[in-house]
Amino acid sequence: MNTAALYRRRRIINFVNLGISMLAVLFGLFWLVWILWTLFAQGLSAISLSMFTQTTPPPGSAGGLANAIFGSLLMSLIAVLIGTPIGVLAGTYVAEYGRRGWLAPATRFINDILLSAPSIVIGLFVYAVYVANIQHFSGWAGTFALALIVIPVVLKTTENMLRLVPDTMREAAAALGAPQWIVISSVTLRAARSGIITGILLAVARISGETAPLLFTALNNQFWSVNMNAPMANLPVVIFQFAMSPYQDWQTLAWGGALLITLAVLTLNILARSLFAQKSSNS
Amino acid sequence: MHAFDQTLEAPQGAPLPQRMSQGIPETLLKRQHLYDLAFRGVTRIFAFLVLALLLGILISLLIGSWPAIKAYGPGFLVSHEWNPVTERFGALVPIFGTLVTSFIALLIGIPVSFGIAVFLTELSPPWLRRPIGTAIELLAAIPSIIYGMWGLFVFAPIFADHVQPWMIDYLGPLWLIGPLFKGAPQGIGMLTAGIILAIMVVPFIASVMRDVFEVVPAMLKESAYAVGATTWEVVWNVVLPYTKIGVVGGVLLGLGRALGETMAVTFVIGNAQRLGTSLFAPGNSIASALANEFTEAVGGLYTSALIELGLILFLITFVVLALSKILLLQLAKREGTRT
Repeated sequence: MNTAALYRRRRIINFVNLGISMLAVLFGLFWLVWILWTLFAQGLSAISLSMFTQTTPPPGSAGGLANAIFGSLLMSLIAVLIGTPIGVLAGTYVAEYGRRGWLAPATRFINDILLSAPSIVIGLFVYAVYVANIQHFSGWAGTFALALIVIPVVLKTTENMLRLVPDTMREAAAALGAPQWIVISSVTLRAARSGIITGILLAVARISGETAPLLFTALNNQFWSVNMNAPMANLPVVIFQFAMSPYQDWQTLAWGGALLITLAVLTLNILARSLFAQKSSNS
Repeated sequence: MHAFDQTLEAPQGAPLPQRMSQGIPETLLKRQHLYDLAFRGVTRIFAFLVLALLLGILISLLIGSWPAIKAYGPGFLVSHEWNPVTERFGALVPIFGTLVTSFIALLIGIPVSFGIAVFLTELSPPWLRRPIGTAIELLAAIPSIIYGMWGLFVFAPIFADHVQPWMIDYLGPLWLIGPLFKGAPQGIGMLTAGIILAIMVVPFIASVMRDVFEVVPAMLKESAYAVGATTWEVVWNVVLPYTKIGVVGGVLLGLGRALGETMAVTFVIGNAQRLGTSLFAPGNSIASALANEFTEAVGGLYTSALIELGLILFLITFVVLALSKILLLQLAKREGTRT
């Protein structure tokens, strides 16, 4: 009788706890669905042609987000152009030359910390070394802050992807007489190319929603501006400002911008994932 | 290279033409060697750059906060005053808010992440693993400003109307934890910030937990199943003890994220410089104080005090994240594999 009761008890505990585990999954999915639903419900009506053609309005009149979209695209593009080579080269060192010595493990360690470090601190850093010296906010400052966020993401994926390249490929190239720099640049980096592109896409996704580092660097601009040396409008900061404002028009535009950013970020993420899934069928 | 040349040379007895015996012209070899050194040097410089970046952040924040450090000394950490007019600043309220909201986030986030990781590694049918894993990870991809807007405009009103009154009625009178749930149901405040942070850290913690659960040798689990253990007993008595270092590492990673989260918290925490027991009351965190006040800060000492807040935040997250990384590395080392 005792064993039967014990058996029942264990079965019940198992059943209850596994049920809770499934509820946890539903709990996670629930927020995702709720947030996405809110964004579509609130933001879809704000998205129209004028959102892409008109600049941010003063309160109480119609307008769009053209200058903010342009600013975000421009700053993200340049930030990726600056951050990617640095990340790829540093990642190459860590993966290819890092089997001995202290520098590679140290870089890997610090990079993982920078990857999760608060982005607002990056903003403070750029403010302290750049904005405070030139005495005004600027598009360049925002770009530098974003580039500093790109580097750890690209470094990490480059390193991971290079490590997936089998050593036999390196050995085969070396056996044909290729010097190491050719082995790395034309064999291993090329083999890891699609993985590295995944990393770049993830980095773009990461910086397109970043608000905190832009607050003290690029700030914002009400008008159309292509001058990287002046404060520059960008979607996240505009959304922040408009959402916190009491004006209905501004809030509607903020929801439209929020939907736009989220769609872009989720598309980039899914794209990056499917690219990577094509490459490695085992994970 | 030389040994190879000699074996070619030996049977012939007679010297071969210069070009053949060398295989590759000396100058070309030398040039390629130089290229090799240059390539290695360049990549090495960029690896250094990453280390320099960390040092640069530390040093620049230290320089920026030096006036405040000199003016307030260690008392900055324990003073709850924050008055830009009289230029008297203390970091106690923002530090308190940061720690409390992160603690709430972990309190909710750890069990949820554990449940998700258990589902993904032990329960889910293989075809469902990928979509659910991706969906949970997408939670981490949503920009934090979106969490903030959603939290302020959608979550907070519902929370204030339907959940907080219930908490005041049923949890308020309780011994010990009662005072935490007193006050007006405003929607925004420390508890709301903590809940939203919990949703944001779940994908990070769950992802690490899933990864470490997957390294448990199948033989260990199968042995436990073979002696009649239930799935839950396998998870609790085999998988969890085997991976506990990694699980703690994952939790610390989530904590590091929660401590530094800025925009979501800024929207919903209420931004009030006050210290109290109620979780319903508005508060302030280090990151939200920076986001709200930095561009409006006038006067060297005000800016400097804010930069010192940033330095404190960076140091705390650095320690937490470093600890997390060390624990995860230890698990990987024991495994003989590298993450």
